[in-house]
Amino acid sequence: MRNPVAALLLGILIGVGGLYFVLPYDAAAVLAGRGTTPATAVETEPGAERSGAGETLRRVMRRGFLQCGVSQGLAGFSSPDERGRWSGIDVDYCRAIAAAIFGDGEKVRFRPLSAKDRFTALQSGEVDILSRNTTWTMSRDTQLGFDFAGVIYYDGQAFMVRKSSGITKAEQLAGATICTQTGTTTELNLADYFRGRGLDYRVLSFEKNDEAISAYDQGRCDGYTTDASGLYAERLKMQRPEDNIVLPEIISKEPLGPVIRQGDPQWADIARWTLSALLNAEELGITSKNIEEMRESENPLVRRLLGAEGSYGASVGLGPDWVIDIVRAVGNYGEIFERNVGVDTPLGIERGLNALWTDGGVMYAPPIR
Amino acid sequence: MSAIDMMGPPQRSGSVLGWLRRNLFSSIGNTVLTLVAAYLLWLTIPPLLNFAIFDAVWTGETREACLGEGKGACWPLVWANFGQFIYGRYPESEIWRVNIVFALGFIALVPMLIPSAPAKRFNVIFLLVVYPLIALVLLAGDRPGLPPVPTSEWGGLLVTLVVAVTGIVVSLPLGIVLALGRRSSMPAIRMLSIIFIEFWRGVPLVTVLFMASVMLPLFLPEGLSPDNLLRCLVGVALFSSAYMAEVVRGGLQAIPAGQYEAARAAGLSYWQTMGLVVLPQALRHVIPGIVNTFIGLFKDTTLVLIVGIFDVLGQVRAQLSDPTWTVPQGALTGYLFAGIVFWIFCFGMSQYSSFMERRLSAGRGR
Repeated sequence: MRNPVAALLLGILIGVGGLYFVLPYDAAAVLAGRGTTPATAVETEPGAERSGAGETLRRVMRRGFLQCGVSQGLAGFSSPDERGRWSGIDVDYCRAIAAAIFGDGEKVRFRPLSAKDRFTALQSGEVDILSRNTTWTMSRDTQLGFDFAGVIYYDGQAFMVRKSSGITKAEQLAGATICTQTGTTTELNLADYFRGRGLDYRVLSFEKNDEAISAYDQGRCDGYTTDASGLYAERLKMQRPEDNIVLPEIISKEPLGPVIRQGDPQWADIARWTLSALLNAEELGITSKNIEEMRESENPLVRRLLGAEGSYGASVGLGPDWVIDIVRAVGNYGEIFERNVGVDTPLGIERGLNALWTDGGVMYAPPIR
Repeated sequence: MSAIDMMGPPQRSGSVLGWLRRNLFSSIGNTVLTLVAAYLLWLTIPPLLNFAIFDAVWTGETREACLGEGKGACWPLVWANFGQFIYGRYPESEIWRVNIVFALGFIALVPMLIPSAPAKRFNVIFLLVVYPLIALVLLAGDRPGLPPVPTSEWGGLLVTLVVAVTGIVVSLPLGIVLALGRRSSMPAIRMLSIIFIEFWRGVPLVTVLFMASVMLPLFLPEGLSPDNLLRCLVGVALFSSAYMAEVVRGGLQAIPAGQYEAARAAGLSYWQTMGLVVLPQALRHVIPGIVNTFIGLFKDTTLVLIVGIFDVLGQVRAQLSDPTWTVPQGALTGYLFAGIVFWIFCFGMSQYSSFMERRLSAGRGR
């Protein structure tokens, strides 16, 4: 480079480019006079003073977003839409927690996990909470070092058969070939059910649900089994959905719920009471539409839930408006249900067991008082 | 009649019939093979074309368009989710950054691949040094004016290309070094190279990815967990460089000892011998093997799905669970699309490799 001016310009260009490359965002923000406010408010909250508690919440606050483990795609529970936005019951629950913590339901990142690596991801701290249609069983609760925050969806395993087979009851499946997916409790429940009744059966298991359902659709099996919620989703993939029926028998209890690591009672409280808040909000008729009017309500139950009376939010390290933020972000439990799996969605699932206890279901949340 | 028997008329080499007879029906065995092959093609090709083209649904706004008897591939599903398949969940407002990276890479790569294009040296420096830095800054962001986009939001073809290109770019030089190391006369270097190569060749890629993504955080102290995609990139790069090393070693062994001796006799150092005499010949021999490894690597990128990173195939699978687009033929359509995408890239690579082979061997009449 003979021309000193050109050399100088090139040097400046490379220098600025290099500086831009090595400069971390935070430092740049400080240089630009846009200091970031550190999220340290929680450490003065009374809830965090309990021994061993508050570790997870502090970490989430410091990070600035919630890491939530979801499935890699299960219609109605967690699936990305054509704009890449995750939707589903499990997803909305994560948004609810994010709203409770940050007041913003979008401060959550979803980590899609397979059935196999979901527990390792939670154990290793890759995710703060696992909201991935996980069945609450004793062994998972006691042996894996996890806690379940409650039940967000009462599911149960059921069978789907072709109408033309004339089968109307599960007992008539004796000698039938059943298609299912490997590696979940589905296969074990199937064995329990048939063995318990001394019935013959053959099972064809597949690694992927898609393979199982297409094997059934092609007539390789007489029946297909998975959780009832899954049956409705899979039925959409069939050539003639109306030719298949879901048998009335539910052969297993599959209470699906969010999972957290043991050892942080405060975090467990946040997970549990976020779920309870969603249910209580529905019970009290608080929706995302009427939340602003409800803030003026004289009903003491509503006032306690929305933080007008007492300091229930602070007792788990959250702000007083935590429930307001939750309902604003995702609505109440009923809204979440109807939006994702309800009768107006392609899935078209009735509330059934998942209706509130006041409507004949078993959804019953402890009171916030 | 002359004393010499007249030759028969020349075969009608130009006609279709002549071609058929020579190539397809030259003997009873060949005739049988031809008929069997034709029958198999008849069985497979028409249904595939019917599904993908003739019976396919090409336009529509919702899943209802694809429902009904006798309808083939549901292409509206692909159009609707196209952005997802290419960019994953990359924020829509930031997609221009990905496009710039794609465009820059394309603009720099094309003159690189055309032998007669000028300024190869600048281009190499740009592609191997400047371009990765620009791509990193643009894609990951976290710079003034560029909001950060965490890798968990990258997906689709973007991830496939990032993983494959990183693997390809890292594995070739690393593989060459390892191959030279394995043939080195220094015992320590030789042993280390052998251990490295045999270790990485001995474990399945799935295991490597799973270890990198799930087990590593268990061993590392909390807070010190490198990015998930970065872990996969390192895993894939090390894994493929072990394979590359063995391919290159095959080429090195094909070089006669006389070449080494002549180079040494001419006073060349070890690196000069390798760089000027041995490697140019060796690499030319193993172009098919190298490209084979590249293609294998490109397709192996689909395995990152098991650690929760969505490449093209993973993204296709994830979108299939969206109830607003669940249709009976959805899975087949999605996989067909993914297959086409992979085929385009892999076929492109293999065509370029055979072009390079022809070019490099021109004039030696092999």
